[in-house]
Amino acid sequence: MTSGTHALLEVSGIWKSFDDHPVLRGLDLHVDQHQAVVLIGASGSGKSTLLRCINGLESVDAGRILLDGNVEVTQPSIDLDKVRRRVGIVFQSYNLFPHMTVLENVMLAPRKVRGTSGGAARDEARALLARFGLEAKADEYPDRLSGGQAQRAAIVRALAMQPELMLFDEITSALDPLLVGEVLDAVRELKLEGLTIVMATHEMGFARDVADRVCFLHEGVVLEQGPPEAIFSSPEKQQTRDFLARVLG
Amino acid sequence: MVYKDPVRQALARRTARRNALVGMGSLIGFTLVVVVLVSQTPGWPVVQETFFNREEFVSSLPGLLKAFLLNVKIFLIAEPLILVFSLLIALTRTLRSPIFLPLRVVATIYVDVFRGVPTILVIFLLGFGVPALRLQGVPTDPVFWGTAALVLSYTAYVAEVFRAGIGSVHPSQRMAARSLGLSIWQTNRYVVLPQAVRNVVPPLLNDFISLQKDTALVAVLGPIEVLRQAQIDASSSFNYTPYVAAALIFIALTIPMTRFADWIQGRMSKRQRAGSVA
Repeated sequence: MTSGTHALLEVSGIWKSFDDHPVLRGLDLHVDQHQAVVLIGASGSGKSTLLRCINGLESVDAGRILLDGNVEVTQPSIDLDKVRRRVGIVFQSYNLFPHMTVLENVMLAPRKVRGTSGGAARDEARALLARFGLEAKADEYPDRLSGGQAQRAAIVRALAMQPELMLFDEITSALDPLLVGEVLDAVRELKLEGLTIVMATHEMGFARDVADRVCFLHEGVVLEQGPPEAIFSSPEKQQTRDFLARVLG
Repeated sequence: MVYKDPVRQALARRTARRNALVGMGSLIGFTLVVVVLVSQTPGWPVVQETFFNREEFVSSLPGLLKAFLLNVKIFLIAEPLILVFSLLIALTRTLRSPIFLPLRVVATIYVDVFRGVPTILVIFLLGFGVPALRLQGVPTDPVFWGTAALVLSYTAYVAEVFRAGIGSVHPSQRMAARSLGLSIWQTNRYVVLPQAVRNVVPPLLNDFISLQKDTALVAVLGPIEVLRQAQIDASSSFNYTPYVAAALIFIALTIPMTRFADWIQGRMSKRQRAGSVA
């Protein structure tokens, strides 16, 4: 292993099926610290399920997920709340809490889970919101936000827990095309700060730009992976070529 | 910048004024017709004497109002208890862990039984049954058991209202809360329940109104609340006006409550519409 980095996430041989329909079939994934790994693949290839297994929102049928070399997410007796404090996730449909203002959305977990005092949590939340251009929206309710603002607020909410690993599950798929850029810029900034990122997306241009490694998921396994230039310019597998031909047109 | 055609606006104002006039005229006309028709019926003088006797009304009203305080007291004690117990029952029924199976079974049986038995029967059974056991230290006061019966019966209903409210919160809200590291309890407390309660305010108010009226059922156990007082007055004077007076007292309380429920409901649906546009 190269010096300075180590595996923050080690997924080995995980299987997951829903009602006898296999979604993940012995999938392996290795993510080093400070890496940005982008998952591409058709709908149903297992990208979302993989992300949900990583922070324990779904349990696996077989296999192991190891966080930071010592926390085994897939161990049945593990306290998943402790895992989730270290692994943030942002969903396609934002899932902001509609009965709270943006600021309250961001402050909730730091206050109740980490026990940060109200004043400190408020200051941190305001600072984070300002960094993502949302200071003017802090006291608005989520139904007053545009899709792009809502998704950036959801990113800030996850960041407020200071996660070591961030998972992004097709966070731009529900957005008006004009608003995709502002959300992707937020992810790009996190990458530049050195946050470890696993991101499922259909934005191939962004993947090429930001990813350290691109993984092509096909029928529940990582069929091919490598640096973006290799995957996009000279994919080895026929399925990868077919998929890219379809999405790149 | 908002621009409205003045001609169209004038037309809209004229239409609104005409609609108001037609509505008012129709209401007055209809009322007159009913009054005339009823007063022409052959039995009306007797009915008026028996049900709408002014002297009877005036002489019974103070006693009825005093007795009504007991209804208000029963309501004010029962309502908070119902809210707390029903929320606990509803939450119990949403627990998924197998450890809680016994609790879940008890909660389900309780709701099934008490929704199935008429409230007046529960009042009878508790009010006459429990004191008859002559247990040491158990109250024999009929008001106590009448109130307890109302609480038992209504808790079952209101628990179902809360359960529907909890079910109306999208599962992705729970998932988002859990993904931030909130425990099941914190997720319920801060994310699910606030939204669930908001969603069921109109049916909850409806059940409150219903409970206000059903405090009169405690009369079957004998305490002098407003219905029992009306019975006493009526049987001493052979005149039914006290019943009408008691009905008016209930209406005077429930109508403002009903309008308040309508207002809340209207405000909430307006807010929801506003939200869906954004």
